[in-house]
Amino acid sequence: MPESDTATSVAGRRAENGGGETDRRDFLNGIAAAALGVTGLGTVVTITKYLSPNVLFEPPTSFRIGPPDDYPVNSVTYIADQQVYVVRTAMGFVAESAICTHLGCITQWKPELDQIACPCHGSRFNRDGTVAQGPAPRPLSHFGIRLTPDGNLLVDRLEILPQTQILKV
Amino acid sequence: MANSLTQRSIQKLRSTRVWRSIFRRGPARTNRSRSLAIFGNLFLHVLPVKVREKSLRVRATYYLGSVCFFLFLILTATGILLMFYYHPAVPQAYRDMKDLRFVVSSGVFLRNLHRLAGHAMVVAVFWHMFHVFFRGGYKPPHEFNWVVGVGLLLLTLFLSYTGYLLPWDQLAFWAITVGTNIISYMPILGRPMRFLLLGGNIIGENALLRFYVLHCVVLPAVAVILIGVHLWRVQKDGGLTVREEHERENQL
Repeated sequence: MPESDTATSVAGRRAENGGGETDRRDFLNGIAAAALGVTGLGTVVTITKYLSPNVLFEPPTSFRIGPPDDYPVNSVTYIADQQVYVVRTAMGFVAESAICTHLGCITQWKPELDQIACPCHGSRFNRDGTVAQGPAPRPLSHFGIRLTPDGNLLVDRLEILPQTQILKV
Repeated sequence: MANSLTQRSIQKLRSTRVWRSIFRRGPARTNRSRSLAIFGNLFLHVLPVKVREKSLRVRATYYLGSVCFFLFLILTATGILLMFYYHPAVPQAYRDMKDLRFVVSSGVFLRNLHRLAGHAMVVAVFWHMFHVFFRGGYKPPHEFNWVVGVGLLLLTLFLSYTGYLLPWDQLAFWAITVGTNIISYMPILGRPMRFLLLGGNIIGENALLRFYVLHCVVLPAVAVILIGVHLWRVQKDGGLTVREEHERENQL
């Protein structure tokens, strides 16, 4: 094989220029690969951002539920539009999420059992939201609840209160 | 007389310029021209040039892969027809589904065919997988095709799942509620993935549109590519699994 043929293969070029040095072709290939990598990564990031909506047309997260006198002492009231229970005890008010903590079904207040029951997988919750039975891993979330200056109760879904916190009226 | 007339007209058709411009090989009289006829045809070239008689027996495969493939074809055809009447919007989607069932000619037939073929495809794909597994079809040289097949199994399940939301009825809504909540149990990535999949925090317009696009465009496109690779590997790259004679003897 003639000596000049060695440069037609990658290994041949390495052998020709003494092994250690990067030649022009490898250098340009490296730059091209890096440019493709950066472009690809940028595309992935851009598409992920594109697919993540900036404005959502979803129900408002905070809402008024009327004056405290609408809710008798020792009652559980389900507010269907917002999927929230308003629980009034002798101590005060708690706003509980009606979404089951297991897999997100809407629970139902069962006065005859004095429990909140989930139709999907049989979880049961006590009046205060603690788990009575079933696969639910956590008690029902307690949403922020406070009294507005004009005497209405205001529930805020984004604010999660500790289980022990009660609004005294 | 009729036979010779048929033969003569076929002969005449074959000698036309149009015919010869499409099938350039001439009559398939020799093995070479037969092979060239297969190689030169886009649809036939995927097929192997030769097959072992053993691998054509019903018991070799029960044609389960072919069953999956034909179900996929049925689903594509009926799915395209259903798309002519379906709007992926709230609450239009549910009304369109009702229209397809009660108003559109043959609508209920096409919808049920699509539904049942979808259910059947999940069953057929699992059956195919079990059959290949118990025959040892995942062993070398078929490991890569086994992995492609697992990808196709997952695609079948995703197609089934995304299609489930489209009728926009109670069953659909709660199934997707439960399913997407299962996703959000995944550590770290779970909640962002649910948000991206639904296009929001609740199952609404965005979620319906996303599931529609995934169901009708993205997942079928990926499935077509993977099915192509899967069939190519079966037909051209090692063929079907047929146990060697000595294995059979060992078993006896």
